[in-house]
Amino acid sequence: MLKVRGLHSGYGRIEALHGVDVDVEAGEIMTVVGANGAGKTTLLMTVCGHPRAWSGEVLFEGRDITGLPMFEIGRLGIAHVPEGRHIFPRMTVLENLQMGGYAVDPRHFDADLQRVLAYFPQLGNRLSQRGGTLSGGEQQMLAIGRALISRPRMLLLDEPSLGLAPLVVRQLFDIIADINRDERMTVFLIEQNAFQALRLAHRACIMVNGRITTRGTGAELLADPAVQAAYLEGAAPSAEEAP
Amino acid sequence: MTRVADRQAPPAASLAHLVRDAGLAALVAALLAVPLLGFRLNVSAQGLSLEYRLPWILYAAAAVFAGRLLLSLAARSLWPQVRQRSRGFGARFPSNTNVIVGWVLIGGALVLPWLPFADPRFLSVATLVLIYVMLGWGLNIVVGLAGLLDLGYVAFYAIGAYSFALLSMNFGLSFWICLPLAGILGAFFGILLGFPVLRLRGDYLAIVTLGFGEIIRVILLNWQAVTNGPDGITDIPRPTLFGLSFESPFRGPLHGTGFADFLGVPYSPMQWMFFIYYLILLLALGTTLFAQRMRRLPTGRAWEALREDEIACKSLGMNPVTVKLSAFAIGASFAGLAGCFFAARQGFISPESFTFIESATILAIVVLGGMGSQIGIVLAAMLLVGLPEWFRNLAEYRMIAFGGAMVLIMIWRPGGLLSRRDPTVTLGEGPAESMRPAPAAESPR
Repeated sequence: MLKVRGLHSGYGRIEALHGVDVDVEAGEIMTVVGANGAGKTTLLMTVCGHPRAWSGEVLFEGRDITGLPMFEIGRLGIAHVPEGRHIFPRMTVLENLQMGGYAVDPRHFDADLQRVLAYFPQLGNRLSQRGGTLSGGEQQMLAIGRALISRPRMLLLDEPSLGLAPLVVRQLFDIIADINRDERMTVFLIEQNAFQALRLAHRACIMVNGRITTRGTGAELLADPAVQAAYLEGAAPSAEEAP
Repeated sequence: MTRVADRQAPPAASLAHLVRDAGLAALVAALLAVPLLGFRLNVSAQGLSLEYRLPWILYAAAAVFAGRLLLSLAARSLWPQVRQRSRGFGARFPSNTNVIVGWVLIGGALVLPWLPFADPRFLSVATLVLIYVMLGWGLNIVVGLAGLLDLGYVAFYAIGAYSFALLSMNFGLSFWICLPLAGILGAFFGILLGFPVLRLRGDYLAIVTLGFGEIIRVILLNWQAVTNGPDGITDIPRPTLFGLSFESPFRGPLHGTGFADFLGVPYSPMQWMFFIYYLILLLALGTTLFAQRMRRLPTGRAWEALREDEIACKSLGMNPVTVKLSAFAIGASFAGLAGCFFAARQGFISPESFTFIESATILAIVVLGGMGSQIGIVLAAMLLVGLPEWFRNLAEYRMIAFGGAMVLIMIWRPGGLLSRRDPTVTLGEGPAESMRPAPAAESPR
């Protein structure tokens, strides 16, 4: 569904991506994990057209979207939930969700709203509250819900776990898995929280210094001793997985 | 500076501290008083002579010392209560109060000219206030809703005024044809300016718009052949009401039928005053209705969303350039309409009327009114335009009052007079739900 080929990108004169190849297949959860500064967010933002790619190409459903402005990419069926959530703090939750439908036929809105509230029932109690008054987890839910309202075929999630308590992260990731399963939604997930991301992902890769170093299924990478040593230290899968 | 200290200081700030604080204020007052009060220029038959007035400086310092001390003593005992009260102010109103207040204000504005104290002077001040209310509502679209800091708004006001003056003088077009043309011209220049500069943000946009405002004024000043330069344009024809003229029959033969003749009543200048008062009321109400309606439409909501977060807007498929341009153009077109009215009312315009201070006043009305609040802008316009105009007799002291009013508003209502933002949509849970306590983000303290 999404093909990234030999992507180079960066900020100013500093190159942050040194030729990245990633494929995301329809209906799967694909995740890229890596440390701070590895270039994960740059990869996602370059796919979205901001910053523009220096070289290489990005194909979405066979169409070359390299170099398109960000807002046009947003209209193609790619919903991007940016790092740090970026909700509209002074607008109410309902208004935030409505903005998700900006580029969509408004007749879909009521049904889409019900669909989103089914995933995030907590938001239903807060529709007339201002976005800025929500807790971090609720804001993240709002950001994802807003993205869903835009009726995407692919969801790009940039570090949804940022700044959230472990329990909330787990709840959130379960919902992401539900959305993927129920709607066959393609999810491209960028995460630092490697354990949670790999647990969820069908396929995954690890990014180091602007390059993809390791690829595999989520389970394979979870079991890889090198990955465990580098990214899963302290996550202690046995303790967390205990039912 | 000291005000901040008051807030953070524990309730029992020591007396010595307050005295020192008052002494400091007195020192500043004394320094200021040296050039302001210390000298007096006497003009007499012998020529000019300079008189030194040392006591005046001392009086000023003493007055400031005493005033400051009393103020801080009062603040020390009262401040906590005052803060509590003012914090609760916004949240205590039920959400439909705005609607009620709005209707009361509209009703008041409708009957205003018929009230016994409404003499020509009062009506003319009221008309002026309404011009600024309209300008404030127009600029509010740009600054309050779209969050684009525009310091050159008066340029579009000037364009509207000159377009009416020139079109009516050169081509004999009537006010009612020129009014929409002025709006369109305003919007056109809004787009012309907006297109290259809207990728700038914040401070940079402010500087460019400031420059644009000055460019327009300088062009009007120097393009002698068209605008008649600093002398301005005089004898701009008055608008008619469905062809009925409001010209005084004593100034010469009328073109067409006079309003007074048509109704069979004697001519009175008050008829003209009433007419333009209701005309600007209509224009201003049109502006606010339009803005309110826009807020509920995708374009208007996009203005607000773009102000909040540009990245999120782009990822939702919003083109920031067109969204900003629409805000800029619509704001500018209302300034054009207001300018057209201004020219028609004054009958005379010159570049003098379109200086930077006008832009600053309109911006102050929007900011002090509480960005985005329609009623707040009415209150602020009355405060900032109506009162100074009414107290014109007080000469330069009114500027002190103007500054004082601004300082007080910023202390007590840092978010503007009415800073609560109404949601544009609710799901009918009733006002109780939508009236959650105002969030911290709304009133930055």
